[in-house]
Amino acid sequence: MIAAKNVWKRYGEQTVLERINVTVAEGEFVTLVGTSGCGKTTFLKMLLGVESISRGSLTLAGEPIPGEPGEDRGIVFQQYSVFPHMTVLENVVAAIGFSKRGCTGYLFGQEKAAAVTLSQTMLTKVGLNNATDKYPHELSGGMRQRLAIAQALMAKPRILLLDEPFGALDPGIRADMHALVLDLWCEHKLTVFMVTHDLKEGFHLGTRLWVFDKPRIDPQAPEAYGATITYDLSTSRRSDADMQAIIQ
Amino acid sequence: MKRLVNLTPPPAGKWLLGVAPFVALIIVYALASEARLEINPADKLLPSFGSMKNAMVRMAFEPSKRTGDYLFWTDTLSSLKRLGTGIAIAAVLGLLIGIFTGAIPVLSAAFSPLLTALSLVPCLALLPVLFIVLGLGELSKVVLIAMGVTPFIARDVQRRAREIPVEQLIKAQTLGANTAQIIMRVLLPQLMPKLINAVRLSLGAGWLFLIAAEAIASTDGLGYRIFLVRRYLSMDVIIPYVVWITLLAFLFDYLLRRICQRLYPWEFA
Repeated sequence: MIAAKNVWKRYGEQTVLERINVTVAEGEFVTLVGTSGCGKTTFLKMLLGVESISRGSLTLAGEPIPGEPGEDRGIVFQQYSVFPHMTVLENVVAAIGFSKRGCTGYLFGQEKAAAVTLSQTMLTKVGLNNATDKYPHELSGGMRQRLAIAQALMAKPRILLLDEPFGALDPGIRADMHALVLDLWCEHKLTVFMVTHDLKEGFHLGTRLWVFDKPRIDPQAPEAYGATITYDLSTSRRSDADMQAIIQ
Repeated sequence: MKRLVNLTPPPAGKWLLGVAPFVALIIVYALASEARLEINPADKLLPSFGSMKNAMVRMAFEPSKRTGDYLFWTDTLSSLKRLGTGIAIAAVLGLLIGIFTGAIPVLSAAFSPLLTALSLVPCLALLPVLFIVLGLGELSKVVLIAMGVTPFIARDVQRRAREIPVEQLIKAQTLGANTAQIIMRVLLPQLMPKLINAVRLSLGAGWLFLIAAEAIASTDGLGYRIFLVRRYLSMDVIIPYVVWITLLAFLFDYLLRRICQRLYPWEFA
């Protein structure tokens, strides 16, 4: 479904990504790991459509990825992913309203009632049914990310992009979130790309794990070469040896 | 003994410390006034509290011999009308300009430099132009206030619009929102409390423009009255009027803050 052919990303003289060649089939759960500043978030932003591609091609179902975000690609950021001025329920209802035409996306009458019912079903699924009237600042970090995921799924995206969504959460809550994400991935038949710092998380969640790293380094000009995908593992194997090899 | 930077007064002490300077100021004034009046009972510079009270009773509760109006209240009413209209126009214009230049890069490129330049024009210097073009009536005063305050509000709203995390705008787009929906649902509601704050901050400038305009060309208003009675050295009217203006300014600031807290609880998280 997604195909990257010799994708490069340059900012001026600095090469961030180079020679990325991958194809991803529908329904895969790809986790992106690597050190800070190695371009995994940049790659995610390319998929999102907010970063341009310097060279090569990145296609979604044969078409180049549009230059702006759209309904087919949902996103959950580490923070600021929900609207702080709307209650939990309003956040999800707004997601339905945005998919309608019009200047405001406000819903009325039957349409509104239907949207509220639909939203409540989704909120129940992510475990927020007791917090529908709260504002995001009244929620814990984990609940906020649940809301962000629920909201993203209302637009029925084919691809869900997760940018370190659980980076700021406690380990115990993370485990709950992992279960939720896997659940939703199965149920909605999503293709997921998830950036994470946590290699274990990457192995646990993904069907496929990409490691971003710089294969070539010029000590005189550290910016000259960019990172690429150095390991592309099918994690159904989930062998500890692989993990050890990458940690080395 | 704690360091001074770590020393915080208990609640009651804090209240006392806050009130003390006001009390001290009143005592100092009373002593100075008494000392002057003792030397010269006809002294007008520091009138006693009694004579200020008499002057205010005359202004507020006895009809003027010439017009039959209760001057204090007609002054207050016409000043507040001018200030209110001017500030309201400025708030609406400022919000529109700020939100559109803040949200739409093309409009920002076209109008931000102009906005910056306009905000640097000293409005009071244009007051004669306004009087020439618009005449000496209400319009020129309202326009002065609106012109003086709009650029400030517009720039503040613009800056606040740009401060809204880009993640929210991207998120809205992944949910299918178009430009109008992003402005109406994501930006506008979050900018309303910022607008109220900008209005609070600009009220000071608004009063300044109002009093300047009234001082130069007017037949009523708080600023007009102060500048009128200056000719007779009527400090017994001027001082209460200034206190009254200060009180009104404080009241509006307080009310706007409370309205903001009431309407936008999420802003104060």
